[in-house]
Amino acid sequence: MKHPRVPRLALFLWALACCLLLAGCQHHEALPFKLTRISGHMPDLQFRLTDDNGKTVTADDYRGKVVLLYFGYTHCPDVCPLTLAHLHVVMQQLGKQADDVRILFVSVDPTRDTPQALHEYVRAFDKHTVGLTGSAGAIEALTKRYRAAFSREPSGKDGNYEVSHSSAIYVFDRDGHARVLSTPITPQADLVHDLKLLLDSGD
Amino acid sequence: MKRRAILLAGLLVAGLAHADAGVPVTASHAWIRVLPGNLPAGAYVVLHNDGAKPLALTGADTAAYGEAMLHESSSTGGVSRMRTIDALPIPAHGTRTLAPGGYHLMLMDAKHPVHPGAKIRITLKFDDGSTLPVDFLARPASALSDKD
Repeated sequence: MKHPRVPRLALFLWALACCLLLAGCQHHEALPFKLTRISGHMPDLQFRLTDDNGKTVTADDYRGKVVLLYFGYTHCPDVCPLTLAHLHVVMQQLGKQADDVRILFVSVDPTRDTPQALHEYVRAFDKHTVGLTGSAGAIEALTKRYRAAFSREPSGKDGNYEVSHSSAIYVFDRDGHARVLSTPITPQADLVHDLKLLLDSGD
Repeated sequence: MKRRAILLAGLLVAGLAHADAGVPVTASHAWIRVLPGNLPAGAYVVLHNDGAKPLALTGADTAAYGEAMLHESSSTGGVSRMRTIDALPIPAHGTRTLAPGGYHLMLMDAKHPVHPGAKIRITLKFDDGSTLPVDFLARPASALSDKD
């Protein structure tokens, strides 16, 4: 009568292992995000740039933090400051947890956006914001990695011009995996909700 | 009592802005987002056309900045765009709002540093040749409107 116990235990352990494996595989998709999911569609965070203190930094320096990646430039008078002002409100709503979040503002205008200029700029918005700049090549590589278009071209005779740039805010988890996509018109509450999920999951 | 009410109403209108003889436009919620250094700033305002004829805002002048340009930001398909515009129509008895993420005045080349709290006089120009001086409140970079 003792024999059946061993297979039963083995069966139980096998079933448990399967559950854990499945849970492991599905873990990234299990969180009930409100924003557009980009897991598996966008590559992990990876770059080598100069921060607004003039220090060379890589994506590894931000492991352990939930990262918001946004492309812009300081001479953008309307949408970029609006986006950063919105993100400041989001960070305020996160309270103490905001310390585990970094907003990476990557300049697509590295000629004018020196580390010093970026330093003054990002500090005017939220203390968790880091300004990043670098060589034109390094910036282009990063914008291409996330398919973030940028152009600045004359469109009229009388000095008129048109600037266009990606308005997306890419959200990465503490391990540098791309998770959700936010935009300047995303309701702040939805972004706060998803950031809390990432911060609380510890994943 | 009646006289007092009229006086009060007059003060209120004056407080909102302008009253240039002949301009049927009133301005309210006028503010500027001040950015560090000498970066271009966005200026925002709500314009109401009290007149029976449509008008168009065609530009602005200010002694505080070297240049003021009329711009429009838009976000479609995940891309933000900014373009210059020549004229911004304000319908008869209608309102036109210049707000972050849409229509705005881009102020460039500040003559002196502008600090939050300052009032900056900007003269709005319309297509019928009329002008309207409006005091814009300078606000910090992280502001989202003319008030907290």
